[in-house]
Amino acid sequence: MSRSAVLVDADWVEAHLDDANVVLVEVDEDTAAYDKNHIRGAVRIDWKQDLQDQVRRDFVNKEQFESLLSQKGIGNDDTVVLYGGNNNWFAAYAYWYFKLYGHQDVKLLDGGRKKWELDSRELVPEIADRAATTYTASEQDRGIRAFRDEVEAAIGQKNLVDVRSPDEFAGRLLAPAHLPQEQAQRPGHIPTAANIPWSQAANDDGTFKSDGDLTTLYADKGVDLSKDTIAYCRIGERSAHTWFVLHEILGQPNVKNYDGSWTEWGSLVGVPIELGDS
Amino acid sequence: MCGATRAGVSTDGVDLAAEAVIQGVVTREGEPVGTAYVRLLDSAGEFTAEAPTSATGQFRFFARPGAWTVRTLAPGADPVDRLVTAATGEVAELQISVG
Repeated sequence: MSRSAVLVDADWVEAHLDDANVVLVEVDEDTAAYDKNHIRGAVRIDWKQDLQDQVRRDFVNKEQFESLLSQKGIGNDDTVVLYGGNNNWFAAYAYWYFKLYGHQDVKLLDGGRKKWELDSRELVPEIADRAATTYTASEQDRGIRAFRDEVEAAIGQKNLVDVRSPDEFAGRLLAPAHLPQEQAQRPGHIPTAANIPWSQAANDDGTFKSDGDLTTLYADKGVDLSKDTIAYCRIGERSAHTWFVLHEILGQPNVKNYDGSWTEWGSLVGVPIELGDS
Repeated sequence: MCGATRAGVSTDGVDLAAEAVIQGVVTREGEPVGTAYVRLLDSAGEFTAEAPTSATGQFRFFARPGAWTVRTLAPGADPVDRLVTAATGEVAELQISVG
């Protein structure tokens, strides 16, 4: 992939707002932001309610994903443009998720909701009414999703990129402070992982940094771009943002997101953990 | 997730003894700006958290004790940086005026 195939800017979105086969989807950490207002015509996907199985710790299955997209009025041939707040982090998670289930044409609005708002572009409160579709998903693409055994086998073999904050990486915090959250039993990081906080890939306005800056960012932290890479964070959403950077923008061929991430690894019996800064 | 919530300046319900709070209000010509984004950068300049302002222009972070930069982005204005020190049990209040 390349930047132009996976990112669109706000001008492009404004020019295609009325295209029947372009569907804007807001996916936000703050799921209530959509209720206040959103880009005209956008539908909402709630990352917690819609994308997670409500009983087991796993994603919704293929049939549930098909039902969700059908109900949202998204067709297999539609161009899906995802956007959200906080540097698009949950939008990037949804992007990875759409790719996991094989949606062909999905893009991120560069800068997301924040840049749209800072540019004073139009936001409306009206809820879009899209006719239901009959969506058909593919089986999960395991080429972009890593599970724990593969992560353990990757220690010292593949690039492991821990995209959490330095305090979480070092084990001083189990999670960013003061939010209700899942707690792993042990703090720290997976041995040999490089700590490259996800947000370093974005500019202040939420747009992605240039290809050159991004390549330098990872190379300077010891990521060997000739090797396969697994990214992880705490619950797999920030690392989806990094997966997007490495796999979709920079075109690295073998990059996986370990969505079990620290809440799984830090609870496993017998796996290696390191403490301290990198 | 970032350690920020969309909240007002009232500290009702917050256990201040255990928190190092940075909060404030963003205004333009004296009027609150409800469409600003406030970013918390650590002493090395690295991004830590971001909060959109409330309809009344307010924001709040629960930080670690120490030195921080609060960077405010608002439509049609240049970014405004303010240095602030957070301490456990205290509330650092900021009045941020954007152009």
